[in-house]
Amino acid sequence: MSATSEGLLEVRGLVKHFPIKSGLLVSREVDSVKAVDGVDLSLAAGETLGLVGESGSGKSTLCRTVLQLIEPGAGSVRFGGRELVGLRQRELRPLRRDMQMIFQDPYASLNPRRRIGQIVGGPIKLHGLASGAELRRQVEELLERVGLSPEHYDRFPHEFSGGQRQRIGIARAIALKPKLIVADEPVSALDVSIQAQIVNLLDDLQDEFGLTYLFVAHDIGVVRHVSDRIAVMHGGKIVETGTADQVCERPIDPYTKKLLAAVPIPDPRENRARRAGASLA
Amino acid sequence: MSAPGSLLDLRDLAVSFNTEEGLVQAVDGVSIELRAGEVLAVVGESGSGKSVTATTLMGLTRGPNATIAGSATFEGTELISASDEELRAIRGNRLAMIFQDPMSSLDPVYRVVDQIVEQIQAHRDTRSGEARERAIELLDAVGIPDAAKRADSYPHEFSGGMRQRAMIAMALSLEPSLLIADEPTTALDVTVQAQIIDLLRDLNQRRDLSILLITHDIGVVAEIADRVAVMYAGRIVEQGTIDEIFYEPQHPYTWGLLDSLTRIDRPRPKRLSQIPGMPPSLLAPPRGCHFRPRCPHAFDRCTEVPSLLPRVAAAPGHLDRCWLEPARKQELRQAGDRDALEQPR
Repeated sequence: MSATSEGLLEVRGLVKHFPIKSGLLVSREVDSVKAVDGVDLSLAAGETLGLVGESGSGKSTLCRTVLQLIEPGAGSVRFGGRELVGLRQRELRPLRRDMQMIFQDPYASLNPRRRIGQIVGGPIKLHGLASGAELRRQVEELLERVGLSPEHYDRFPHEFSGGQRQRIGIARAIALKPKLIVADEPVSALDVSIQAQIVNLLDDLQDEFGLTYLFVAHDIGVVRHVSDRIAVMHGGKIVETGTADQVCERPIDPYTKKLLAAVPIPDPRENRARRAGASLA
Repeated sequence: MSAPGSLLDLRDLAVSFNTEEGLVQAVDGVSIELRAGEVLAVVGESGSGKSVTATTLMGLTRGPNATIAGSATFEGTELISASDEELRAIRGNRLAMIFQDPMSSLDPVYRVVDQIVEQIQAHRDTRSGEARERAIELLDAVGIPDAAKRADSYPHEFSGGMRQRAMIAMALSLEPSLLIADEPTTALDVTVQAQIIDLLRDLNQRRDLSILLITHDIGVVAEIADRVAVMYAGRIVEQGTIDEIFYEPQHPYTWGLLDSLTRIDRPRPKRLSQIPGMPPSLLAPPRGCHFRPRCPHAFDRCTEVPSLLPRVAAAPGHLDRCWLEPARKQELRQAGDRDALEQPR
């Protein structure tokens, strides 16, 4: 095994096409949506890879295919040296301990009828790692770690704000001390001042637990802040990869350039200068 | 009396809603004036009252459990006490509004062109053929390619950006003097957002359309606004020209907002600066300054509500609600900048 030379996650030639069907009685496939169309990615342990792209670029499908929540059409996903594609659910289950996901919408991703303690402790119980008083102790510790209070254990999701719910989602994701966390637009539903809190929390947790992040967002400013490297996705393909500063300061691909040029700059003087320059050109 | 040149004048506008949990003071004494020809941005986070302010102007918050007080005059007409008929004559005609989600603001079962024609004919005695021509002209003007053909499409056949363009065309159909744009680009991708901002700026400059822009996005504000009002928990905490807000901000909440932004044109800070805590519940807002519990600079006096006043001698149009002395603010601000610079990534 050459597991030492390969990263924690190695994705090669990953493909996921969704068929478009037509016909009333006998439906046949007329075309397909090429959501993920031959993607290569690699993540070294402890690093953050940012994935940016606009809606429909295939970011979310890529995340779900990498985690085998959707079965890929072709390609390979190696995680910790082990091939995931083709494994049965039963074989995947123990591996899922090491790969967790954080979702965009903290309103839709928490079961409204479960108490916070059950939501956060669920994965621990499911994997049979703790129960009873020990489980409760671990969950309370997790709640404190993400900036909530142990007293929140018996509350329901609707009692919390968007930022707090995202903290609950994060507590659940780190409950099993995973190696990889796939965060799909974790801050885009949140207000700016709360976004900064969650980004800083994710940063701290990475340092503390040595986490590896695949951080997906459409906001290139946030992605640049958190990422070591950035991959730009467009039309199901990765069009450019590089260090965060390379991609943002010296983009090569025309689509990356277009994306960067469209980001609003919170600096009115600079904008006026940019516009004056553009109208002269 | 409103000053000359003033198109829209809000005086102590207050909107509260009776809910099962109690009285929510969504808008708490908002006074601001929009001058003809300008883009005024109201910026704030969820629950700041920015959208309730805008929808109240259109008469959309009226209802049995809403209490609306204060005054809002638009072109000399009082909107708050106007009857439904009076409002109907103004709405869509002199005062138009576009919303965040163009898909839910367009009727899915009517062709785009027919929806614009209906709006024109509701206010003007126009023949259908003429109204249709006008609608196509408008779609073309807002950048719908091949407008004569695309006009007969249904909303679902348009992309998100085209739908927002169609909404803008509809809003412009009767040549309003004021457009209220409530988060017009929030649902759009960043490249499409840039196009819509360019379109709005162009309409403002070429057609002299005044715009009241409601947004949470300070980057968007920096791209288009002439003046800015920053709202927090139902109140305006600071207002001024765009340069005053961005380069001489006076309120600690504005500092926090500006500092928590990620900028792709600057070196990365080690850590994002964050505002601690979260916005207060409007059911039981804190006494005095609403930002007090989250403010690192709060002191005794902050339990009294500071008025929205000019506090910087050199800038009479720059108002804020903060008890700190301007000189003290400048010191704090500079100290904050030094801290940020001392830890580059």
